[in-house]
Amino acid sequence: MSSARIWREIPQRYRLEGTKCAKCGTATFPPRSTCPKCGADEMKLYMLPRAGKIVTYSLIHSAPEGFETNVPYPVALIELDDGTRITSQLTDCENSEITVGMPVEMAVRRIREESPSGIIVYGYKFRPKVRKS
Amino acid sequence: MRKVVISGVGMTKVDQHFDRGIRDLFKEAVVKALDDSGNPEISHYYVSNAYASLISDQADLGPFLLEYAGCGCTPVTQIGGACGAGGNAVLEAFEAVASGKSDIVLVGGVEKMSDIPQKQVTSVQSTCMDQEYEANYGLTLAGINAMAARSYMQQYSATREQLALFAVQMHKNAVKNPYACLPFEVTTDKVIESFPIADPLTFLDSSPACDGSAAVIMTTPEIARTLTDTVVEVAGVCQSIDNVGISERPSLVTMRSTVDAAEKAYSMAKVKPDEIGVCEIHDAFTITGFIALEDLSLVDRGKTGIAVEEGTIAKDGKIPTNPSGGLKARGQPGGATGVYQIAEITQQLRGEAGGTQVEGAKVGLTHNISGFGSGATVGILKR
Repeated sequence: MSSARIWREIPQRYRLEGTKCAKCGTATFPPRSTCPKCGADEMKLYMLPRAGKIVTYSLIHSAPEGFETNVPYPVALIELDDGTRITSQLTDCENSEITVGMPVEMAVRRIREESPSGIIVYGYKFRPKVRKS
Repeated sequence: MRKVVISGVGMTKVDQHFDRGIRDLFKEAVVKALDDSGNPEISHYYVSNAYASLISDQADLGPFLLEYAGCGCTPVTQIGGACGAGGNAVLEAFEAVASGKSDIVLVGGVEKMSDIPQKQVTSVQSTCMDQEYEANYGLTLAGINAMAARSYMQQYSATREQLALFAVQMHKNAVKNPYACLPFEVTTDKVIESFPIADPLTFLDSSPACDGSAAVIMTTPEIARTLTDTVVEVAGVCQSIDNVGISERPSLVTMRSTVDAAEKAYSMAKVKPDEIGVCEIHDAFTITGFIALEDLSLVDRGKTGIAVEEGTIAKDGKIPTNPSGGLKARGQPGGATGVYQIAEITQQLRGEAGGTQVEGAKVGLTHNISGFGSGATVGILKR
């Protein structure tokens, strides 16, 4: 992945910046310029909640290039506290601990061991919830 | 709009053709289809392919393939769309004939996956996903299907054994298909105990990425009568889409693309789901087959596990599904898959499907998707 591509996604990757429709209130992640629900072009910056729960998950055994050394690693579909969903790797837990419904929260971690352009990519992963809400 | 019929089909065996390049495979399928259709003059070629520019570093496939196959100076359009490329090309070809733009068209799907190792295949197949927000985080297509499988089993109390039994049925079908990549039987234990790909799915829940080429010729009924005695009508073909990223979908156990394309195709063909006598669906993984059958309204929501157990989807069952063996056991030749399905259903409706023949089928359905249903094309053929 090119450095420009990684750089322009930093707000999403480090801070979970999404958008919210000023007209109908629909929140989206990733950010959008048009509301997928009402079609309005009034999407405003919106910081997503950083906690949620696991909707479903898998352990990846057959990994794409760049992720081979971590197998098996957990990935999950997570529903954040406002109902917005996000896909992410899970971290800081044993694979055997993971359950559907488990409360999780965002952490910033190293995502790719090495990218072809030599940049180390950081971004969100989710871990079992430790912070008090 | 003009009526459209299929006047000829051709296929290569789906396999790891280490000794043959992409041009050789394409040529074999095209020559077979042309022979099957009385060697008519083609007015426009449509080439479908998913990954040649990534795997073989070969772009501009149209001229590259046509010139080698000896097709002369004929217009050609290359159509992509990952593993849904075949269905997309079938739709374009259909519309070219239906609209009156072209009289006789050939759709040739071709894929060459075996030139790269499995690790790269996983990466290449991940290109059909949202790169920035899903593939970038190490999620794979198998991983998405695995998460869907977990949701499905939880939502409908389906069992791991029922998923495995789908693979058992597909392998059983493939034994009779001379074009199949995996023509051998497996057991539910063997499926569950084979090595994990993305928990809870294993190697034997997954379709093999293979090489292959399939071609079909479409024309009008009037022209077809001068070429061949055995024509099959394309009564409906429709395409639709869903979110590429799965986090923005309300559910993982349904694909809006399939539901929408199927509704439109049934309506266009004036056919009800219970009239479908045979179908070839996109079972990239066992769970994908479950979701497809339900989204196509062929099986009630959450009941596919029971349908598989009761033999409903077997060749002699109420809804004969994938007599070819499907993606699971015929194999998954990427952008050629959607064209294979049309060729297979055409043979079924002509009564020329040999060992895979479903007796008495008059109406058949094809279902081809890209990724986890980002795009879906549903076709309905009639004898």
